[in-house]
Amino acid sequence: MSKIIVLAEHSEGSVVKASLNAITAAKQLAEKVGGGFDIAVVGHGISSVASALTTYGAGTVYQVEDAAFEGYTAQAYAQGFHKAVEASGASFVVVASTAKGKDCTPRVAARLDAGMASDVIGIEGDASGLIYVRPMWAGNIIGRVKINTDVQVLTVRTTEFDAAESTGGASAVESISAGIDASSIRMRYVGIDAVKSDRPALTDADAVVSGGRGLKEGENFDKIVAPLADELNAAIGASRAVVDLGWVPNDWQVGQTGKVVAPNLYIAVGISGAIQHLAGMKGSKTIVAINKDPEAPIFQVADYGLVADLFDVVPQITAKLKER
Amino acid sequence: MKILVTAKRVTDWDSKVLPTSDGTGINFDNVDFKMNPFCEIAVEEAIRIADASDDDCEIVVVAIGDDEATQQVRQALAMGANKGILIECEESELDSDYVAKLLVKVCEEEEIDLVLLGKQAVDGDSNQVGQLMAEYLGWPQATFAYKVEPQGNGEMTVQREVDGGVETVSLSLPAVITTDLRLNEPRYATLPNIMKAKRKPFDTMEPDDLDVELGEPKVEVIGYSLPSERQAGQMVASVEELMEKLANEAKVI
Repeated sequence: MSKIIVLAEHSEGSVVKASLNAITAAKQLAEKVGGGFDIAVVGHGISSVASALTTYGAGTVYQVEDAAFEGYTAQAYAQGFHKAVEASGASFVVVASTAKGKDCTPRVAARLDAGMASDVIGIEGDASGLIYVRPMWAGNIIGRVKINTDVQVLTVRTTEFDAAESTGGASAVESISAGIDASSIRMRYVGIDAVKSDRPALTDADAVVSGGRGLKEGENFDKIVAPLADELNAAIGASRAVVDLGWVPNDWQVGQTGKVVAPNLYIAVGISGAIQHLAGMKGSKTIVAINKDPEAPIFQVADYGLVADLFDVVPQITAKLKER
Repeated sequence: MKILVTAKRVTDWDSKVLPTSDGTGINFDNVDFKMNPFCEIAVEEAIRIADASDDDCEIVVVAIGDDEATQQVRQALAMGANKGILIECEESELDSDYVAKLLVKVCEEEEIDLVLLGKQAVDGDSNQVGQLMAEYLGWPQATFAYKVEPQGNGEMTVQREVDGGVETVSLSLPAVITTDLRLNEPRYATLPNIMKAKRKPFDTMEPDDLDVELGEPKVEVIGYSLPSERQAGQMVASVEELMEKLANEAKVI
C-alpha cells in the first residue's frame, strides 16, 4: 500500500506527457512522507496505457475500466478515480494540472472529503507539516498553503516538475471494475474539434513564438508569426488580449488563465507583457522580446530585448534563420 | 428555469497586489475592487439564456464576503439578474470547499436548475468551486465553456476549451457550467438599470441561516510572498546582434 497515488491521463491510447510530470511530483512527495506511489488510469480499453505506466517505479497501476468511460466525462471519471484511490488507500492524490486535471480533480477531492491545492509549483516541509507552494493573483503572489484533511489532493503545474523517465521494472497491474451506474451520469461526451497543427504542442515545445496586440490584426499571425515559428519548429502562443479579440484560438493563450509554458526559447512579438501573461512564460529559459515601446513591461523579464517595429525585424529574423 | 450566478468581489485585474510586511496577508491599501471578470461573463451568459428562453427565467446572484460585496451584487442586478443574495462572512475564513457548500445550500433552497460560475476567481486562482458543487449536488458539469446552447428540452450543449481544441458535451439539467474567456463580452450596466436594480429583491444572510457550519477550513493559506523576480537582461540594437547573442551566448538557435 502506497501513501501516494498519481491520477494519470491518456489520449488516443497513449499516456499524456503531463502525467509523467505528475509522477515526478509524486516522487518528490514520497521523499518527504516516505513510502512509494501508485498510479491510477481510468478509461475503456486501456490495458496498453496501464502497461505503459508500469515502468515508472509505481507499486501498483490501478486500471479502472467501465463502458461509461468510453468518452471522457468529469462525472464518470471522478467516480473511477475515487475507486482507485480507495483501493490504494492513498492519503495523497497527485494530478497534472491539465484541462482534464483541472476539470475532474475537484470532484475526486469532494468524493474523498479532502482539501485540494491547485496548480502546485513546489512542495516544502516534511511529513509532520507539508506546505504546498502555489501561484495566486495571476502569479503576482506566491501562496503557501496547508491542507487540514486526512487525504490531501493536489494538481501540479507541469512546467515545475520534469517528466519522469521510464526506469524499467514492472509495477503490478490491478484491474478494477468501476461498476458505474449509467443512470447517475447525466452528461455525454459528444466530440472534439481539435485544432489541427503540425507544430509541437505549446506546453511541450522547445521553442515558442507568441504574438500580441502589436500584430495589429489576426491575419498577421499567419504572415509574421507563423514563418518564424516554422523556422524554429516552434509552437505558437498568444496574449490574452488577442484571444479576447478573437484573432486566435483560446488554446494558444499563454498566461495565468491560459497555458503556462517554459520552453528553452520564448519569443514575444508585439506583446506588452501584462502581469497575467508574464505569469505564463517567465519560467522560460531564454526570453526574447520584440516591441516598439521601450517602456513595455515585457522587457523587464526578457534576456534580450529589441526595441523595433516588429513588421520590419521579425521577417528579417526569419530570413536569417532560413539562411543558416 | 432558475439560474444561480455569483459575483465575487476581487482585486482589480490590473491592480498590483503586495503581501503584507509580515507575509501573513495581502495589503489591500490603494487597491481597487471589481467583480471577478469570469463571474461577469457568467452573469452575461445567464442573462442571454434567460432572454432567449420561451419560459420564465429567474437569475439569482450571490456574493459571499463582507458588506462591501453588496456593490458586486448590485452590479449583477443592474446587468439584468433578478434577485441578489449576500452571504456575510469573513473572507479570510473561506476556502473553496466552504464556498461550494454555502452555494450548494442556496441551490437547494432556491431550487436552482442551472449554476453558471466563473471558471476561477482572479485572486485565489483555485478553479475548484464549480466542480466541487457539481459533485456535492450529483450534477453534471461543463467547465471552461466557450459556447452554451440550451436545447429547450432540459438539455444543454456546451462547447468547452480543452487542451488541443474545443470539446462538445451534452448535459441534462440541473447542471453546473463554468465560463471561460471567449464565451461572451459582458455588457455594461446602464444608468437607468443601475437605478432599477436598487428596487430588486436583495437578501442578506449569514452562514448560520443556511445551516452550514464553519469548521476548520480544509485548505489554509499560511503565507504570502512575492515571486522571485527574473532579472532583466540586455537590450540589443539590431537583428544582427540579437542573432549573434542567440547563437553564441544563449545557444538556442
